[in-house]
Amino acid sequence: MRPADLLIPTPAGLYCPPADVFIDPVRPVARALITHGHSDHARAGHGAVLATRETLDMMAIRYGEGFTGERQTAKLGLPVDINGVRFSFHPAGHVLGSAQIAVEANGLRIVASGDYKRALDPTCAPFEVLRCDVFITEATFGLPVFTHPEAGLEVAKLLRSIALFPERAHLVGAYSLGKAQRVIAEIRQAGCDETIYLHGAMEKLTAYYAEQGSKLGVLRPMAGSDRQAMQGAIILCPPSAIQDVWSRKFADPVTCFASGWMRIRARARQRGVELPLIVSDHADWPELQQTIRETEASEIWVTHGQEDALVHWCQSIGLAARPLNMVGYSDDGDAEPEAPKGTP
Amino acid sequence: MNRFAALIDRLGYEPGRNAKIRLLVDYFATTPDPDRGYALAAMAGTLDFGQAKPALLRSLISERTDPTLFALSYDYVGDLSETIALMWPASNTQSAQRELGLGEVVALLSNTKKADIPALLANLLDGLDETGRWAMLKLITGGLRIGISSRLAKTALAQGADIEVDAIEQVWHGLTPPYEALFLWLEGKAPAPLSGNPAPFRPVMLSHAIEDSDFVSLNSADFVAEWKWDGIRVQATAGTDATGKTVTKLYSRAGEDISDAFPDIIDALMGFDGAIDGELLVVRDGKVESFNALQQRLNRKKVTPKLMAEYPAAICVYDLLYADGEDWRDKPFTERRERLEQLVAQLKSPRIELSPVFDIPSWEVLAALRASPEGKVTPQEAEAIEGCMIKRRDSPYLAGRPKGLWFKWKRDPFIVDAVLMYARRGHGKRSSFYSDFTFGVWRDGENGPELVPVGKAYFGFTDQELAEIDRFVRKHTVNRFGPVREIVHEPDLGLVFEVAFEGIGPSTRHRSGLAMRFPRISRLRWDKPPREADRIETLTALSAGGRKKS
Ligand SMILES: [Zn+2]
Repeated sequence: MRPADLLIPTPAGLYCPPADVFIDPVRPVARALITHGHSDHARAGHGAVLATRETLDMMAIRYGEGFTGERQTAKLGLPVDINGVRFSFHPAGHVLGSAQIAVEANGLRIVASGDYKRALDPTCAPFEVLRCDVFITEATFGLPVFTHPEAGLEVAKLLRSIALFPERAHLVGAYSLGKAQRVIAEIRQAGCDETIYLHGAMEKLTAYYAEQGSKLGVLRPMAGSDRQAMQGAIILCPPSAIQDVWSRKFADPVTCFASGWMRIRARARQRGVELPLIVSDHADWPELQQTIRETEASEIWVTHGQEDALVHWCQSIGLAARPLNMVGYSDDGDAEPEAPKGTP
Repeated sequence: MNRFAALIDRLGYEPGRNAKIRLLVDYFATTPDPDRGYALAAMAGTLDFGQAKPALLRSLISERTDPTLFALSYDYVGDLSETIALMWPASNTQSAQRELGLGEVVALLSNTKKADIPALLANLLDGLDETGRWAMLKLITGGLRIGISSRLAKTALAQGADIEVDAIEQVWHGLTPPYEALFLWLEGKAPAPLSGNPAPFRPVMLSHAIEDSDFVSLNSADFVAEWKWDGIRVQATAGTDATGKTVTKLYSRAGEDISDAFPDIIDALMGFDGAIDGELLVVRDGKVESFNALQQRLNRKKVTPKLMAEYPAAICVYDLLYADGEDWRDKPFTERRERLEQLVAQLKSPRIELSPVFDIPSWEVLAALRASPEGKVTPQEAEAIEGCMIKRRDSPYLAGRPKGLWFKWKRDPFIVDAVLMYARRGHGKRSSFYSDFTFGVWRDGENGPELVPVGKAYFGFTDQELAEIDRFVRKHTVNRFGPVREIVHEPDLGLVFEVAFEGIGPSTRHRSGLAMRFPRISRLRWDKPPREADRIETLTALSAGGRKKS
């Protein structure tokens, strides 16, 4: 069996012909396997969804209980057989419940890793290396300029800024699934126990994370709190809120943004960020290289992001590599696209 | 070095003036000499490294990285120093090395022979983290633009020591990095250092653009008007040094000493003692020439008698800061003006002229004057008039941009519709967008009408518009030349820009033979097909002196 007989890129997503299933389809399909809850990977409206319990829970929180016809929970490491193809889910270290999906038939093993990272994250299980023949990788930060610092150092920057500007509220833009909760957990690990305030858009998912065991400390909704009385407080909000009217009601806030893109100064300036925090839930360049080597795959398929550089590097070390040119996934990485139309 | 790097990194993002000052005060208070002094020098522009050219940096990084990966990264980041700082391979020795202070880095760089600089740089880069590498590369290539003026740094020093910033300006010109005497004085450990400069620069007063509501709230009788000339703002200062010799200096509005480029002006100030504020212009046979003429005299280190004869410089003087051994800045404008008139009369030089002042019977009268200065001056002089200055009769001369005292009322800019032809990735803030645009207008070519490039613009659009243009560029690229993309520009397919600019003159450097001054994109004309864009004849006519109103 050739790899292309087991998994092929189609406009709807990665398709497995013998099992008639799609992985992270961007259009409604009969049967979908979903790696994680970010909205460019997990869309509503499929006939049936197989995903981890956390991913299914978060899809229900986001889209409502009717987000799919049928749902089936994938247990980590436990293979599911569909028409003679074995599918198994393994931690990807990206966000809570995120998984890589290993696809095996006739001795051929392809791993679709979805989004992943190798850095430790107190809010999700660490990435597990899977040996395989073909490794499908993202390349969101697939350029040698991306080396993410330790998240703890970035949180220290935030806490230093609060010490220097104790009368200013610190608005931290962070995506509402994964990034926000990781930032909070890192703040707690740094020893800060102050109340952290939450923008309405991240209350539900953050509550879910806490329920699942993340240590997030005392949290309060921003709604109903006095915005003028937020001196020195940390307020988490979606990145778009940093620039819109919502943020203008704070007196002279320090605007922060937690994202791997903050590595590039021009990107941070474009967004009017005053305190960029380089915290990413995607693999940086060294992690991409490390992971590709550790999988021992002889062929690398690159889905979305900066595929040119990663494909070039793979070829330079003698691996067969090609871009899949998949559409529909945000090559902005943690910039989650708006929820697809037709979903609540 | 890392402290300095962290400071300028944070300053680069901080938009608020007060917050910047706070960061600076904190840095100066907690950083030892000589590091803080060299940091001050870096911000004040008094630190000079001539050693590291971009080519050297490129060769250092090319020894360490794959050329394709470097090219892709540089294209993405858009800034050479930042790309190198980010790509520089992590060194095993990094943590083992003792961190060098900024002062030590400066000393190493200045005491190393040119031939040994590459090895030294590589060694320094190995010992720094990403922010440190970035800051050092910016420092040695002279690319340290962090939105901190020398004035702001001095303001922070003054605030930290609880004194007036002018007190620092008074002694500043006699000091050199790392400014240990200055810090000793500021900390109360030594008397004020002596000013070594008998003709110091004094910070200039700036105006606000007048707004419609101002015409309602302001009484025209409280103000006088002057022409706003299209030259460059200068300050001429003369004083006597310790040996009794007169020293005369000409400064740009930012305090840069430009005396050497204008010996004709320095000569004309013979016998003057004081400080005056005015507009530097080219004045030939008593007529003010347009900015294009003045440009021939700017940015030259040496000036030949021929050039001075061809483009004779003059100052149109409008204010007095210092005279008769006394600071005049606190006195009202009318009083300063009276003394200024006497002083200029004594100079009896055609190079030093008074700026005419008008009463303003009503805002309507001024509006008419501004719209057609041709009534008061020659048509050629009208070219050199950008609009009006409106000054309160009782205004003191205050450094910076105080509110409610001085206003500028510009004439409407020139407007032309042009077609986007090429786009290039921007630098700095916009390096991940295509934001440098070359645009053209129609002319008759051998095979019918064709577009000829007439200028480039980098700004004028909002961030939202930039995103729209960027999307258009990515979707409509027809050709690539390195970092430049050629964008579709056919009669019925393409993007039309409304371009505003301040003036236009002949140029041998551009294919069209014309060069625009200060062009910017004032509107996106999605509604307009390229075939309706302007023709080259329109621009040629403007260059010849005609004027098209927006
Ligand atoms: Zn994701």
